[in-house]
Amino acid sequence: MSVNIVLEHLYIVIAAVAITILIGLPLGILAYFRPSFRKLIFWIVDVLQTIPALALLGIIMVFLGAGKLTVIIGLFLYSLLPIVHNTCLGLTEVDPGVKEAAWGMGMTKFYSLIRVELPLAFPVIFTGIRIASVTAIGVAVFATFVGGGGLGSIIYRGIYIQNMELLLSGTFTLMAMAVFFDTVMAYIEKRLYRRSS
Amino acid sequence: MYGSKLVTAIGVHLYYVFVSVGVGFVIAVFLGILLSRIPQYANYILPVISIFQTIPGIVFIGILFLYLGMLPITVITALTIYAIFPVLKNTFVGILEVDASYKEAARGCGMSDLQVLLKIELPLAMPTIFAGLRMATIYTVSWAVLASMIGLGGLGEFIYIGVATNNNRLIIAGAIPAAIMAVCLSYLIDLLQKTITPRGLRKVN
Repeated sequence: MSVNIVLEHLYIVIAAVAITILIGLPLGILAYFRPSFRKLIFWIVDVLQTIPALALLGIIMVFLGAGKLTVIIGLFLYSLLPIVHNTCLGLTEVDPGVKEAAWGMGMTKFYSLIRVELPLAFPVIFTGIRIASVTAIGVAVFATFVGGGGLGSIIYRGIYIQNMELLLSGTFTLMAMAVFFDTVMAYIEKRLYRRSS
Repeated sequence: MYGSKLVTAIGVHLYYVFVSVGVGFVIAVFLGILLSRIPQYANYILPVISIFQTIPGIVFIGILFLYLGMLPITVITALTIYAIFPVLKNTFVGILEVDASYKEAARGCGMSDLQVLLKIELPLAMPTIFAGLRMATIYTVSWAVLASMIGLGGLGEFIYIGVATNNNRLIIAGAIPAAIMAVCLSYLIDLLQKTITPRGLRKVN
């Protein structure tokens, strides 16, 4: 198994999570400020995550064709839920007294969001990013079915040519990757919480 | 035009999901209760369950396929094993998170260990257990799509052949019912959870 395939897998996951943060964060903020949108946004991200991964990738493939872009967009839609939820949750949990103090100091709503609320909500948002990343590593296995490569192709080839060794090597690499990301990000998360408390 | 074939595929798919999630749920709750009797080892048990949870369903299908061959039991066993972990973890965590004072109060009322388990711990852990069941069901619908990979039908057959032959209509014919099935099942579980949650625990909206 080549390093390239591992990197390919990582590339897909990181690209997808990056896009999810870029779009999920504003969506979470919107859900926080506009309770009327909250239900709709939460419903959409919930349904997106419920759709079977291969079905979602298949539907996207109809529009975009096979390739990495299809996988990245699929993973992005799949990862929205934890990030949107946790952004909204984190912002809601900020002490109202702190918000009032920021307002009392003459901060505008936007300024208070950027300087006070988002930094205080960051540990909770980071938990969402961790959940999204670890889930994305697993779901990215489906990439191989729509021509996206990654570790799924190793596992798939192992099954296809009935080679247990290949199948297991792909699986263990995948598990190691998931556990590694989870451990490192959980460590960062712990430090973030300690700093904020 | 794929009418009857599609109905069969939906039936096969549902059959895989119901049998594996049903069997998996029973095994998982049983194991979860057993593990919750040794809470002092929680620090070792939880990470192990979490690691197993990261194994993709395709691996279970693949390994069992190599041993058992192309049989429906291969898919069902693989999906059952896969469905066990989320429910097991949530049962274990749910029971552990029950406030010790409730258990103490129950014992003070003269309840036996079995009564504490059935009347206090399990009902209080129910929302968490159902969250696990929901996750297990959604993922099982998702991985059951791969049954077609080893030639065993289900909705995956449409998606799989569609992707391989670049036939968009086939992809959609498989993907849309699979998506609807997952959404419907998750609603069904939410509904079930609402009726099964003890009245005192229901959130007032």
